[in-house]
Amino acid sequence: MASFILRRLAQMFVTLVGISIISWVIITLAPGGPIGLTLDPKASPKVIEQMMKNYDLDKPIYQQYFLWLKKLFTGKLYSFKDGRPVMQKISERIWNTLLLNLVATLIIFSLAIPLGVFSAKRQYSFLDNLGTFGAYLGVSAPSFWLAYLLILGTVLLFGYPVLGMRSFVTEDFTTTEIVLDRIWHLMLPSIIMAIHGIASLSRYTRSSMLEVIRQDYIRTAKAKGVSEETVYYKHGLRNALLPTITIFGFMIPGLIGGSIIMETVFAWPGIGQLAYQAILARDYPVLMTLNTIAAVLTLVGNFIADILYGIADPRIRYE
Amino acid sequence: MGINIVFVGSRPSQKVNQLVISSIGDASFLNPILSQDSASSEINSFVFNGLIKYDRDLQGFVGVLAESWKVEKGSEPVITFYLRKGVLWHDGKEFTAEDVKFTYDKIMDEKTNTVRRSDYELVKTAEVLDPYTFRVTYKQPFSPGLATWGMGIIPKHLLEKEDINTTPFNRRPIGTGPFRFIEWVSDEKIVVEANPKYFEGRPNLDRIIYRIIPEPSLSEMELLTQGVDYYSVFPHQLRRMKEVPFLKMYSQPTLSYTYIGYNLKNPLFQDKRVRQALTYATNREEIVQYVLYGLGTVATGPFPNHLWYANPKVKPIPYDPQKARQLLAEAGWKDTNGDGILNKDGKPFLFRLITNSGNEIRKDVGVLVQRQLREVGIDVKFELYEWSVFLKNFINVKAFDACILGWGLSPDPDDYQIWHSSQIEKGFNFVSYKNPEADLLWEEGRREYDVEKRKQIYWRIHELMAEDQPYTFLYVPLGNSALQRKFYLMEKDQTGRESLRDIKMEKAGLEYDLTKWFVPKGILLEK
Repeated sequence: MASFILRRLAQMFVTLVGISIISWVIITLAPGGPIGLTLDPKASPKVIEQMMKNYDLDKPIYQQYFLWLKKLFTGKLYSFKDGRPVMQKISERIWNTLLLNLVATLIIFSLAIPLGVFSAKRQYSFLDNLGTFGAYLGVSAPSFWLAYLLILGTVLLFGYPVLGMRSFVTEDFTTTEIVLDRIWHLMLPSIIMAIHGIASLSRYTRSSMLEVIRQDYIRTAKAKGVSEETVYYKHGLRNALLPTITIFGFMIPGLIGGSIIMETVFAWPGIGQLAYQAILARDYPVLMTLNTIAAVLTLVGNFIADILYGIADPRIRYE
Repeated sequence: MGINIVFVGSRPSQKVNQLVISSIGDASFLNPILSQDSASSEINSFVFNGLIKYDRDLQGFVGVLAESWKVEKGSEPVITFYLRKGVLWHDGKEFTAEDVKFTYDKIMDEKTNTVRRSDYELVKTAEVLDPYTFRVTYKQPFSPGLATWGMGIIPKHLLEKEDINTTPFNRRPIGTGPFRFIEWVSDEKIVVEANPKYFEGRPNLDRIIYRIIPEPSLSEMELLTQGVDYYSVFPHQLRRMKEVPFLKMYSQPTLSYTYIGYNLKNPLFQDKRVRQALTYATNREEIVQYVLYGLGTVATGPFPNHLWYANPKVKPIPYDPQKARQLLAEAGWKDTNGDGILNKDGKPFLFRLITNSGNEIRKDVGVLVQRQLREVGIDVKFELYEWSVFLKNFINVKAFDACILGWGLSPDPDDYQIWHSSQIEKGFNFVSYKNPEADLLWEEGRREYDVEKRKQIYWRIHELMAEDQPYTFLYVPLGNSALQRKFYLMEKDQTGRESLRDIKMEKAGLEYDLTKWFVPKGILLEK
């Protein structure tokens, strides 16, 4: 096991360097650049050239790459857009994104798994068919569209602001009211973000549950007279949940990665919005750092999933 | 959910005299010498002051940090600013001419990442004569130079030892302006508060909250729930918002115009008659009507129609497809093979019209123009490109036939960088327009200080360009804003009696009298 972990870590490091080089090349070769993006007739070409020089944009690409690495590790990496340290920009938003995604994930798991088990238990019943229909609807309805409908609906119904992380006039709010206000603002985006996840994960659970309950050991358990609850939730669900470990591995980068569309629609100040603005402004330092963080998290997510498989499924052995 | 519904039903009413502005984008630098985006500029105008500013008609100037100033004309003109005494920075230190000099030096420092440097390239020397006198000498007469001293002044004592590009000051600024900075939560809000020691008196508003809402339709929702007080609305939103009883709508021509620029290096567009014909064939009234919902005026030339330097005698070219066909025929373009497309020397009249993606208005304009030109027998291929691709691969290298773009201008008419033939190579004259008479006039205009004489110069330029049609000048859009009705202008006379007036749109913008905005108590309590 230990040698497996070491080998995987070494592999991950090499992969990471590869990813960072490739994304650097793609980002810098993309047309446009951070300077001269505004057609400002008051800016003279001489000044534009000088600014390119100040940002090291006149150097060859490979030199720029090493400069980026050096600045990243010495903490001197500044955003082109507002001159702030990149790490500071990321760290002030990462919690917002994490909060939103954690709540959404919690909603997904706590609703999708019971739903899936229920559907499997009563396969082809009216409620199962309704669930299937609902799942298709949830998977296929564009989430931004649902978001707009929901925002419009709640605003017309309650006349209370829904955007952002909190309301703006909170002077005379009590602490309880402030907390409720935060929850209210968290609710809509996390529900919308969860819909797609609930729809797909519940289907996932249903099919893998259906597979498991046809196994011999389930029949044996039923024949022994074990209660239905124990059969389904102890013997059935535990085995049916193995594939969700893979999903969990994928979810780790998603937790921090943020959703560009949802964060923009709900004016949620998170990583997704930051990335989107960095792309538009060709803010290379921010873009590269976010890419690298995403790459690290994806690698770590896969790694954890691999290890968890070994723990959860005794049939899997690492050489 | 249940608790929340009960809670939102009992929403408390507002008690502070505050203004909530909604903006699509977050600010970048709260430092007037570095900022380029409109969000930063707006906040900077609350926190910082320039030496002077434009008056409400955008024609003359009024003193701000400078009490008065003197312009000595000549081959090397000198401007002397006499500064206001006793003005305090928000941290309590006194403002002096050293700060002005420092601001200028920082702008001119090559290490500073600012495009503002171009504004001061003709300055020869800038000196501090005494703590309240500042003198600038120019290398040559340059009348637009005066306006550049409206630049926000930054404090020397706080920035002297800092790297201006990355200093934390850019995130929590200290200025001399009517509002002092309180907090900035990224992509959420920026808060400023009344400066009680402001030299023109404390502003009536207690504070301004600048909210960042990236989606315009959602700003509208917030306006309806009164989470936002003031917001620039899009043309399609205006009509339905007019019906909301608690909102007041303001409109006024902007300092900008949208145009179709023709690449004059392309033989297709070198004949003036062809360009005139293209304008005759473009139904600009229709564009204003359907794309802008009527919220704009047809442009007649390179100047917004409502300002002093626009020549009122230049009338817009009317929509006249018959006249267009006739002009094209004179230039040799006829449909000889009967396919509905004009041709000359065996080649069809075909060109590519490009613009940037992401701008719905320009996209609609392009589609309309494509159809309108097809009616006179011109085949237009209309294409969209992402903004930086559009600039790098097409505009900057002049590899285009025609493009739809817009200019946002400053109140001074000196558009030398856009039109003078010296700016073809590396400047903004990417359509390669060259007219010797216009060249001379653009040079003369920036040398002349007398407003009357400048007016004559720019009126003549306006005529020339209307004749040459290097662009088809499409329209000057109206800028539209929605403001909650509860806001008024409040002024106190000498006896301390308060009087309320409605907020009026000035040529210099709705916010010209922002420091006097007020929410009267009685109205305030109504929620």
